[in-house]
Amino acid sequence: MKVIVAVKRVIDYNVKVRVKSDNSGVETANVKMSMNPFDEIAVEEGVRMREAGVARELIAVSMGPQQSKETIRTALAMGSDRGIHVLHPDALEPLMVAKLMAAIICKEAPDIVILGKQAIDDDSSQTGQMLAALLGWAQGTFASKLYFEDEFVAVTREIDGGLETIKLKLPAIITTDLRLNTPRYASLPNIMKAKKKPIEETSPGDLGVDVTPRLITVKVVEPAKRQAGVKVENVEELVEKLRNEAKVIP
Amino acid sequence: MTILVYADHDNNDLKGANYNTITAASLLGEVHILVAGENCRHVAEQAAAVDGVTKVIIADNPQYAHPLAEMLTPLIQSISENYSHILAPSTTVGKNLLPRLAALLDVQQLSDISGIIDSDTFERPIYAGNAIATVKSTDAKKVITVRTTAFDAAAIGSVPADIQEISVTEPSILSTFIDTELTQLDRPELTAAKVIISGGRGMQSGENFIILEKVANILGAAVGASRAAVDSGFVSNDYQVGQTGKIVAPDLYIAVGISGAIQHLAGMKDSKVIVAINKDEDAPIFQVADYGLVADLFKAVPELEAELKK
Repeated sequence: MKVIVAVKRVIDYNVKVRVKSDNSGVETANVKMSMNPFDEIAVEEGVRMREAGVARELIAVSMGPQQSKETIRTALAMGSDRGIHVLHPDALEPLMVAKLMAAIICKEAPDIVILGKQAIDDDSSQTGQMLAALLGWAQGTFASKLYFEDEFVAVTREIDGGLETIKLKLPAIITTDLRLNTPRYASLPNIMKAKKKPIEETSPGDLGVDVTPRLITVKVVEPAKRQAGVKVENVEELVEKLRNEAKVIP
Repeated sequence: MTILVYADHDNNDLKGANYNTITAASLLGEVHILVAGENCRHVAEQAAAVDGVTKVIIADNPQYAHPLAEMLTPLIQSISENYSHILAPSTTVGKNLLPRLAALLDVQQLSDISGIIDSDTFERPIYAGNAIATVKSTDAKKVITVRTTAFDAAAIGSVPADIQEISVTEPSILSTFIDTELTQLDRPELTAAKVIISGGRGMQSGENFIILEKVANILGAAVGASRAAVDSGFVSNDYQVGQTGKIVAPDLYIAVGISGAIQHLAGMKDSKVIVAINKDEDAPIFQVADYGLVADLFKAVPELEAELKK
């Protein structure tokens, strides 16, 4: 099988995000950037399929400014074979990312495409589902287990209240949830090897996709701060306060 | 303007999250509800009884027994031209379905809205709720998922709405349902609970969650967990509260052995009253807690159980 994974460069999980003083967005200058954590899970799943002999080729795709190549390099160091970079200086909305991915997929004809279930920057959780719609493919979102069989994949999904298993006809779109796997760290020799792996550069223009935004960001503000309350001395005082002051327990 | 709400249900009952979504929809215009399922008449009747709903559309057919996106999106699309806005709650069903619909309609969806400014402009949390973006959509039609904790639940109205049947769309052969494995709960579901007690890495093991369950049983509370507790394998992922788990806003949230990473706070900071029990007095959870208790949880939680029994 041929597998494509999508990777996004986002502000690192551990960075405390700050809103810009002019309320136009969040501060991204001099902030540590990393691969979106759910995309690391997507890459890891692809690499495992490659190692198990299920996949014969693994391609990592990213979209964004020049620095997105670093994110592709990380995917290559983890074990992807080659990269595709859609160079675009500005932020791309999920629908546009899905259209660009669809254009790449029409050329590359993979059997399965794995994406993170959401990016931790805009928290949209849309791209995988949109891509499936544009291609007319089945979708297995929030996946915690994959099982391949002939022309099908059984996907166990994380749903409210438990798990659901569905069977999808291949080719299909998968989006990853936390328990699918634990991503590896790239080893130093593999990081060195990744520098020699090819990254093809393309653009929305080359792919024939209009990426004009549909949403206008009016402003970005900090959420209302919650005031810290009081410290209580012991459990007795806590229960007394919950009963008589907050009145949240009988 | 007429607004369509896709109802998330299990063929027996309308999930609580729909009532909050209907409130959001009512702020935009007249509300119609789509109930697609198998033997789901009772759900349609529940939806028809909600205040502000003027019509319920029912598609009752075995092909809609499970909410498969490939099967349901063509159905929603078939009636979409009558509506200016199409909404669903931000449940796993809503999140799976609506982006697929949005792409079919060539619309850039708005995910997880927490506020409505006007019919084109909405507020939504980004970066795990560390920023609130106000965004204006230029698409003619809007496709929206609703953060249900941001809107009150709609009440039951005086006159039930009409229920109208619609014809089904061509079945999809792309996906088939195999099974569900639902966590057996004697307690309320996290997103519906008035009281939640959650454990973090400080719980040290899954077995230790029993002390939280004992307190939960007294309070009629749901049990939750931080991502750290899920990643450590203490409990399953459906317990997870936070950016990548469930978003909750109960009357009382008790965080036990949870340090308070921003990703966890993103899922619970809109709770009315927050209690934190942690032995580290510098834990960030105390900065959002109304009542903080610096104590060893293995001593404090059994004491809490005893005190509540009094």
